[in-house]
Amino acid sequence: MNAETDRGAAREPVIEFRNAGYRLPNGQAILRNLSLTVSRGETLALLGRSGAGKTTALKLINRMLDPSDGQVLVENKPTTGWNAIVLRRHIGYVIQDVGLFPHFTIEQNVSLVPRLERWAAERTQARVKALLDLVDLDFNQFAKRHPHELSGGQRQRVGIARALAADPPILLMDEPFGALDPLTRGDLQREFQKLQQRLGKTIVMVTHDVGESLLLASRIALLEEGKLTGVYSPPGFLAAKEPVAAAYVANFRMYEEAERANEHR
Amino acid sequence: MNIVEFFVRHQREILQATLEHIWLVAMSMLLAVAIGVPLGIIVTRQPWLSKPILGGANIAETIPSLALFGFLLPVPWLGERADRLVIVALTLYALLPIIRNTSTGIENINAAVRQAARGMGMTDNQILWQVELRLAMPTILAGVRVAMVLTIGIATIAAAVGAGGLGEFIFRGLAMVNNQLILAGAIPAAALALLADFILSLLEQHLRPARQ
Repeated sequence: MNAETDRGAAREPVIEFRNAGYRLPNGQAILRNLSLTVSRGETLALLGRSGAGKTTALKLINRMLDPSDGQVLVENKPTTGWNAIVLRRHIGYVIQDVGLFPHFTIEQNVSLVPRLERWAAERTQARVKALLDLVDLDFNQFAKRHPHELSGGQRQRVGIARALAADPPILLMDEPFGALDPLTRGDLQREFQKLQQRLGKTIVMVTHDVGESLLLASRIALLEEGKLTGVYSPPGFLAAKEPVAAAYVANFRMYEEAERANEHR
Repeated sequence: MNIVEFFVRHQREILQATLEHIWLVAMSMLLAVAIGVPLGIIVTRQPWLSKPILGGANIAETIPSLALFGFLLPVPWLGERADRLVIVALTLYALLPIIRNTSTGIENINAAVRQAARGMGMTDNQILWQVELRLAMPTILAGVRVAMVLTIGIATIAAAVGAGGLGEFIFRGLAMVNNQLILAGAIPAAALALLADFILSLLEQHLRPARQ
């Protein structure tokens, strides 16, 4: 499963699932025996259907949930040994519905974690400017607006800026572009790809979109009914013979074939 | 003597009674908010307490006010002074809408907002003060508004146990079959209720954040 070989510091593990499992209080297993390592600077996509346990796996990383079995290590320390608040402020978090605070301005939303961490006002404001610039939103135009005055794509940009505010080394994204229309999604995915290269964060991204995984991830972890069925590089995924991965690829190819068919018409 | 002349002639007494009325209502509203909002928060944190807390407040709400004054009369410290007793009784009436609206207001906050707040590393206290209470504020105020209007009405019955207020005129007017006296209590009481309703609705509008 873990075919990658060590390449020194570049392969330093940042997040490590060790036989991690999660069960609901009623005993139902959501995630079973997950072992997976995410190295510094890589982007791992957790791909799978709804209910496959992707979001649960993500929440184990920032201690929104504690594993029922096994361990999850962040920077070589089990999450249960981290103070949950410290851990979460160390990790950026982006969710599908963005969850911007409707009563805060864009500036207040983006500066949330720096304010919680009691940064000086000038430093915070400079940071907000830099971040809005990073996600291509004009500070003067947007800083004083409220979330409801923005489009879905703009809100998600703010969500990403907010997650990056305290410059966390790790970024968790739960279907970050899932609620957007296809064109806006494409724009944001392309821009995010550039951001990734610039920032070098360790990213774990939950998605059910094969195209998104291929575009943004350095590795794809496929989950099915709470179990990891394989970890692939993007080219490896496209060539995969395992039935689940092959089914995703076949589904994905359908669009390409439709495109080709139309070209020949 | 028409009603206007009556009001002008007795303006001092009417003003005095209005101030007493406002005092009774204000004290009980302060108490009700101080008790009701925390109880409403507890209901959202400990769902198993929801039934006893809301049930208790519900029962208080159903006791007829005269009977409640009667019940409280023999209670040692309370029975000593009529205004004390009335304030406690009015507080009990005001609790239900405040508790219910506090918990509903908090529970209705968009799940993504709460999830983001937690995921960004806000502590429970920070989530409560900076997010939940702030977003639930218009709903809480709506509860305070309902409680306030209710309390202003019920406070007129306070005169029955000698706590004063605008009910004094109403009871005297009823006993003497004097409509002007009744109106001298009823009109300011109604005006107070409308005014309180208006002011709180303005505040509520002002605090209502635009929805996504």
